[in-house]
Formats: sequence, structure tokens, C-alpha cells
Amino acid sequence: MASTILLDIGFMAMLVVVAFAIVRLRSLFAIVMLQGVYSLVSAAWFVSLDAVDVAFTEAAVGAGVSTVLMLAAMLLADRESRPVPLGRQIGPLLIVVFAGLAMFYAVGDMPAYGDAHSPANSYVGHDYLDRTAEEIHIPNVVTAVLASYRGYDTFGEAVVVFAAGLGVLLLLGLNGNAGRWRAKPNGVRVSKQAAPAARKRPLPADAPQPMSAPAATIMTTRAKKPAAKKKKGGSS
Amino acid sequence: MEYFMSYANLGVALFLLISMAMMLGRLLLGPTLYDRLLAVNSFGTKTVLFLCVFCLVIDRPDGVDIALLYALMNFIATIAVLKFFRYRALDVSLLESHITDRDGAAE
Repeated sequence: MASTILLDIGFMAMLVVVAFAIVRLRSLFAIVMLQGVYSLVSAAWFVSLDAVDVAFTEAAVGAGVSTVLMLAAMLLADRESRPVPLGRQIGPLLIVVFAGLAMFYAVGDMPAYGDAHSPANSYVGHDYLDRTAEEIHIPNVVTAVLASYRGYDTFGEAVVVFAAGLGVLLLLGLNGNAGRWRAKPNGVRVSKQAAPAARKRPLPADAPQPMSAPAATIMTTRAKKPAAKKKKGGSS
Repeated sequence: MEYFMSYANLGVALFLLISMAMMLGRLLLGPTLYDRLLAVNSFGTKTVLFLCVFCLVIDRPDGVDIALLYALMNFIATIAVLKFFRYRALDVSLLESHITDRDGAAE
């Protein structure tokens, strides 16, 4: 429907805003949140573009898993990033501009939407479309290709993803050891305390408080002390 | 009547989009991280609603599955963030930590 183009434009504008905010913000926690929002918006946009299966993957991986993984990685690092000097931003900017221009140049060679003579539709695509119904007996051709025609390929991919997940879990140390193994922090706002799971003994006397003092300083990105006090009083 | 309904659905979708943009503003400006957390959570809810409405607009009920998945994912992400704030680790049993919090000299 042509009228949904308004929604597409709205989503793309939101994506641009979120992307610029991710680049400009210094608080890593806010950046993790914004990455979750970016993935939510892009998945909604994929639905609006009628790519429901891509949106499904984006929602599961981008919004769910990667947010948690980014948070776990933040346990090992600083809570705020330091600003990059202007001289070191020129090179990446040039690379990005060049890659973007190259993509725009490549758009002209792409086949039209739904072109019956495009490479994707001319060779094995026809066979899949013709024979899936009688060979596999399921209506979705994409699922038939992934899970049946290329079943071994998909199985190998699953093994690779599993190995990668194991490596990530070992690196992050999700069992609470992250606080002890932290690589040398270069900031002052990192708490030296290990996580309760790693301590193996009762919490100290200030445990019933909503959060420890370093955590409270992390809460307020602009380091507004009175605001933090008010928040604490209101919540208890 | 059907014609009117499709435009009504589209209008609702646009309004949801606008409210998502407002949430985005709170997310960017929010002075404390609690504001940002609430904004993200509310943004996810708005996305779920938007997907449901949009499935009515384009007359394809597949998207409701994604809306369900979003609702679950939103919840998981919020729980993970809150656990991160409270315990600085993600592998903490909520039940046990609750007990030790009540009386610090447990065990």
C-alpha cells in the first residue's frame, strides 16, 4: 500500500536519529539501550517492508540477546567512553563516506523489484519454487531451502554459532567472576567490588540499600548529586 | 466502512509512531538512567502495539507473532538491565539474593 510510505519515512528518520545519538553519546549504558531501540525500530521497519522473517530474527538477536551480551561486556569495561580526538575521526569518516558512495553507485545495477529475469529468479530459484510443494510438502519455500535442501549447511552454521556462543560466554564470565577479572579500568567510576555470586559470603551491612555508592554515581550521567538523593528517597 | 477502517488503522499507526518519537526524545534527553530504562521499556510496548495495528493495515496476520516475540524480548532485556544495576552480574539467582538481602546475616 502506498500510504504506508509515511510510516517507512518515519522509521527511517528514527533510525538516523538513534544512530547519531549512539555515535555522539558518551555513557556506554545509554548506548546499549539505544542499540536495543535501534534494533526494535529496524525490526518494525522490516515488518513494514513486508520482510517478516528478517524482522523476526532482528527482534530475537538484536533486541534480546545482543542487549544482554553488551551489558555483560560492560561489566568488564568502563561505564563511559572518552571522546576521540578530531584528528583520528577523519580516517573512519572518509572510509564510511567512500563505502556509502560505492553502495549508491551499486544500486543502479540492481535488478528491479520482482524482476522475473534477475539472477536470483532465473537459475535454481525456479526449481525450488516448482518442486518444493511436491518434494517437501510445506508452503514456505525459504524454510524448505534452509531446513531441507541445505540442511547440512544449516547444521554446520548452527555448530559454528554454538562454538562462538561458548567462546563469548567464557570471555564474559557471566557467573559473576567478571568483576574480578576486569581488565585494567582506565576510569574512576568502576566499582572494585566483585559480584555477590562470586563473593560466596553474606553481603556487607549496607546491602539492603537499593544500590551501592559507586552504582549511584553511575546512575546520574551528569553527576547531579541532589537529583540522585531525591530519586533514592522517593523509591524507598 | 472497510475503507474507513483501513484509514483509521493507518491513523492509529501514525499516532503510535509519533509517541515512539516522543519516547525517543526522553531516551536521548533523560537525565538519569532510570528515565532511559523506562523510555526503552515503553518504546518496546509501543512497538508491540504498532506491529499489531500494522498487521491490520496491511492485512497480514503474520506480524502478530513478531509482536508476541517482542513482548517477551522486551521483558527479558528489562530484567537483564535491572539485574545488572542491582548485582553487577547476570548470573544471580533472584530468589536467593532476595533472601540474603532481607537479613544480611543469613547462612
